Amino acid sequence: MRIAVIGAGPGGLAAAATAAENGADVLLVDENPRAGGQIWRHGPMAPPPKLAMEWIRRIQAQRIETHFGVTVLGRDSNGLVAYSEQEGHVCLQCDKIILATGARELFLPFPGWTLPNVFGAGGAQALLKAGMPVEGKRIVVAGSGPLLLAVAATFAKKGAHVVGILEQAGIHSLLQFAPELIRHPAKLIQGVGFGTRLFPTRPRFGTWVCRAMGNDIVREVIATDGKREWPLPCDILACGFGLVPNVELAQALGCDVEKGKVSVDEHQATSQSGVYCVGESTGIGGEDVALLEGEIAALAALDIPNVTSKIHERWRWESFVSNLGRAFALRKEVLQLAEDTTTVCRCEDVSFGVLKNQPDQRSAKLYTRCGMGPCQGRVCGPACHELFGWELNKPRWPLSPVTLDALLDSQ
Amino acid sequence: MATMNKIRLKIDGKDVEVLEGTTLAAAIYQAGGTTFHHSVSGQPRGPLCGMGICFDCRVTLNGTPHVRSCMNLCREGMEVTTR
Ligand SMILES: Cc1cc2nc3c(=O)[nH]c(=O)nc-3n(C[C@H](O)[C@H](O)[C@H](O)COP(=O)(O)OP(=O)(O)OC[C@H]3O[C@@H](n4cnc5c(N)ncnc54)[C@H](O)[C@@H]3O)c2cc1C
Ligand code: FES
Repeated sequence: MRIAVIGAGPGGLAAAATAAENGADVLLVDENPRAGGQIWRHGPMAPPPKLAMEWIRRIQAQRIETHFGVTVLGRDSNGLVAYSEQEGHVCLQCDKIILATGARELFLPFPGWTLPNVFGAGGAQALLKAGMPVEGKRIVVAGSGPLLLAVAATFAKKGAHVVGILEQAGIHSLLQFAPELIRHPAKLIQGVGFGTRLFPTRPRFGTWVCRAMGNDIVREVIATDGKREWPLPCDILACGFGLVPNVELAQALGCDVEKGKVSVDEHQATSQSGVYCVGESTGIGGEDVALLEGEIAALAALDIPNVTSKIHERWRWESFVSNLGRAFALRKEVLQLAEDTTTVCRCEDVSFGVLKNQPDQRSAKLYTRCGMGPCQGRVCGPACHELFGWELNKPRWPLSPVTLDALLDSQ
Repeated sequence: MATMNKIRLKIDGKDVEVLEGTTLAAAIYQAGGTTFHHSVSGQPRGPLCGMGICFDCRVTLNGTPHVRSCMNLCREGMEVTTR
């Protein structure tokens, strides 16, 4: 049995290793140049964590065909169609598919968010791990979600000055989450670890950035708690409002998607026969859930019966996952930061003032080109969904901008 | 894991030396750059997502335009242009 695993984050690595260890012929594909996905991203100045190394070694111990720097676009009668910036078009044959395409950040527009050195929170962390120098730089970390603390801790460790950590969720909403941390003490210990590394900087809850300022780079941001505003001079703003599952490839393969997540059963099987989905594309749950789901999908794809104990272990995380989303729910103020002149679609420079009069995504696309640029609405689509309640777009073929040659080649 | 070999490349005509395993985006920051390209209306732009989604880190690599600098590793002798 030949199984293609798309995505080499925790979910994909667990699926690939488990499938190969149980006798499958495995193909592992990721558009990144290296394995690890988002959380285990590493680089010359940032070695992978121990758990990541354990899984990468398990992969290396098996004969797994790996394709890095390769983006899977969809499927035709010959198999999966993929594209690489360096090699062009690639066709990958397989009997079953395990999707582990993870999540991306939610970006919400505010005045100044298009300035250089304004990054996503995870985005800033990814650039740091890839080798961006940050020593001595002043950074404000803002937005929402547990990622903010992790990002601030990484920057502090690399010698940056964390001048503010602004979490939009209020303390009351976050306290509801406390019982989950007691149920999953490893998460609590992790949080306390970040806190000690960041001391004396402490996160401020119920606060957010309402404006970034500077000419050709960010120099200062304005922070607010809704009552008063105060300036924070900085060299970097890392601002993300949580995560959005990457469902585009699953949709291109015909899998059902509900409420922005790929629908799966207890075996991680999607609505398409022979296609499984694991990790954050099925909902935001973090690395532990992604690892478990990866193992479940691999065992299920191979019809191995002793998958039940893993499924029970996965259920233990159910309330953690649903309460996580509730604790960090977005307040209405962060959805009202854009002014008429604020850019919403960065690819085509379409402003909030132009978009607010459009009835839906379709007409916005037709009349303003919003979502028609190279990111194909991956950044502005989820933002417009939050801002205007517009439905998320179904992806167009090809999923990513590819050269015409590569497209012709794949016909 | 990445070894600590050095790689030489040219960024906007300037010779730059980075550790093997460094992405093009990180190399541009190491060389002091912050604006990677200009938007359709001429605003300065740099990376946002760091993970291949936004295309705001795009540069010209060895003559090929619109290459995402966050998704490609530095190789010996590459020539990169930002604008
Ligand atoms: C930018 C960012 C940074 C993060 N940093 C942290 C952190 O520091 N700590 C933390 O606890 N959590 C972090 N997270 C949360 C993180 O998403 C999860 O903890 C965990 O990585 C989820 O694992 P996964 O296997 O589901 O997906 P991911 O780790 O997201 O892996 C998905 C992989 O699929 C690949 N992929 C997607 N689509 C395609 C395609 N079409 N073709 C080929 N490959 C594809 C991607 O390149 C990626 O490597 C981060 C999230 C983001 C978005
Ligand atoms: S920084 Fe977004 S694609 Fe490279």
